[in-house]
Amino acid sequence: MNSATVIGRSSARSRAEAAQRWGALIGGSAVAVFGLTRRSPAGYALAAAGGTLAYLGVKNSSAVRDYEARASVLLNCTPDEAYNFWHKFEDLPLFMRHLDSVSQVGERRFRWVAIGPMGVRVRWEAEIVSDRTNELIAWRSLPGSDLFIEGEVRFGAATGNRGTLVETRMRYSSPAGALGRAVTTLFGKNPSFLAQQDLRRFKALVETGEIPTTEGQPHGRRSAITAAARWANPDRPIRRESRASEVLSAMRRIA
Amino acid sequence: MKAVCWMGTEKISVENVPDPEILNPRDAIVKITSTCICGSDLHLYNGLIPTMEQGDILGHEFMGEVVEVGVGIDREKLKAGDRVVVPFTIACGRCFFCERQLWSCCDNSNPNYWIAERMMGYSPSGLFGYTHMMGGYAGGQAQYARVPYADVGPIKIPDGIPDERVVFLSDIFPTGYFGALNCDIQRGDTVAVWGCGPVAQFAIRSAFMLGAERVIAIDRFPYRLRMAEEAGAETVNYEEVDDVVETLKEMTGHIGPDSCIDAVGMEAHDNSLMYFLDKAKQTMRVETDRPIVLRQCIQACRKGGTVSVPGVYAGFDDKVPMGAFMNKGLTMKTGQTHMMRYMRPLLERVEKGEIDPSFVVSHRVPIKRAPEMYKKFRDKQDHCTKVVLDPWANGAVAA
Repeated sequence: MNSATVIGRSSARSRAEAAQRWGALIGGSAVAVFGLTRRSPAGYALAAAGGTLAYLGVKNSSAVRDYEARASVLLNCTPDEAYNFWHKFEDLPLFMRHLDSVSQVGERRFRWVAIGPMGVRVRWEAEIVSDRTNELIAWRSLPGSDLFIEGEVRFGAATGNRGTLVETRMRYSSPAGALGRAVTTLFGKNPSFLAQQDLRRFKALVETGEIPTTEGQPHGRRSAITAAARWANPDRPIRRESRASEVLSAMRRIA
Repeated sequence: MKAVCWMGTEKISVENVPDPEILNPRDAIVKITSTCICGSDLHLYNGLIPTMEQGDILGHEFMGEVVEVGVGIDREKLKAGDRVVVPFTIACGRCFFCERQLWSCCDNSNPNYWIAERMMGYSPSGLFGYTHMMGGYAGGQAQYARVPYADVGPIKIPDGIPDERVVFLSDIFPTGYFGALNCDIQRGDTVAVWGCGPVAQFAIRSAFMLGAERVIAIDRFPYRLRMAEEAGAETVNYEEVDDVVETLKEMTGHIGPDSCIDAVGMEAHDNSLMYFLDKAKQTMRVETDRPIVLRQCIQACRKGGTVSVPGVYAGFDDKVPMGAFMNKGLTMKTGQTHMMRYMRPLLERVEKGEIDPSFVVSHRVPIKRAPEMYKKFRDKQDHCTKVVLDPWANGAVAA
């Protein structure tokens, strides 16, 4: 699993920055905790200073705005099956769980709506810039969008008759402003991990006609700790799983 | 419905929960008529396998009647009213691995594949009622269960065969058989089996079926060793000998068993210093498993032989004698059982009367007694070998 690659920065430099950020966060937190345990005015002042340092550490870590996400998966199907499935852009939200909808607005133009933190909707229009049957689809957002996105998906016959190798690559960058930051937070989870999860769902959908899920199954009493842990899980899905009926009707359309 | 839920380490409770519903096109809902407690459930009971959550429904050995099937299922393959045994591994039937009959390695059935990937590199298939790392599927110690990809796993059972003869096709019978098959037994071989629990009992009988001449069974509970003797095995009570490996040497003319089956897994017992060290590390969560039997298997196996591991291991093991393994040129075969390969041929053996798997049953109780049965089974009280739960009974039935 790749971690997010920051475009235009050397890995050594980004490692050094990460060390600084973590240093500020951990050191600042430690100073804050120490200060609080003193229970004196000087202690509280120390705590405030430590807290500020930790805050800067966290804040600095979310200042990065350019991302590249890469993912790949081996599909047990022919390249044309995979290509045809992906080519129905309107159905991408079935397996891309950060998307709300994709709708066609022109011959090669689509309007994408993604779901950001707290349910904020982020919209962009993208144009297909390259489309080679059973090989490649590439798209790019148009000026005036909430963010810049460049994406491509490649389909290639795998070695040894093992089906199709699907590779995706997406680059995001967001302009400044609240919305831009919201998107950054969303994709800042780890874009490659999210993209890989999307591809795994794509694989399940193409191979089996459904996406495996346990959402909606019964269980006994959950504890508050379990509930909190589920909520705080950074890999918690952004929206619920696509419903079986939606998946089925999409499969029929594609067939 | 009533369901047996994991509420924490050594905390089991029978809860009232909503009935399961069809969630995906290829799902089915099964009304459960018999369901069992597996030895591997005890690792969950003891809290030793990560990613359980309070409220999870346990159980992966169950059978019953199909009451509803999803729209994606061909009615020729499965329909309401069919009597089925459900395998504990969940497989999609369409991926690279399923096509190669590696059913327990299915690539699509674990929605939480990424948790398992962090521990194992790649994720095995989803399992019923066996941690969130393995999919987080609700288990079958309940009155109903949702079965995903129901056109692949469940095997239809003709009426007239009692539940107890076929319910073990859901796990332990194929698992014991797979353990013996993995030994690549040649006619006349000697096979040593560590553990005399239910999986081991089936491994012992399968080893004879596959042509072994001698089977040596190792355990510490006389009632379990007797059950192995009834199948024709020679037995070693490891609490009565100084050293199991030395004993096996003496029993085999210092050549060693041709193959060794570890039907114990991560919670092995022993009287050695190493056991207490492993136990301490496991309690402190610096080692997930106590690989005492695995070490003994590698030491005891004859040169060029095979170690077969149907016992469950969860994570990381210390001081596995890799030097012995390499220099003796051993082979190790293991895995969760590729259930769909073996259920049908083993059902045929049961139908022909070649084996009656119900010999392992020691307790038949209503589901509400599940909590006490977990404890009894774990502590080997009351000669407990296998517990079958009746999800619909109210009163107790003597075994």
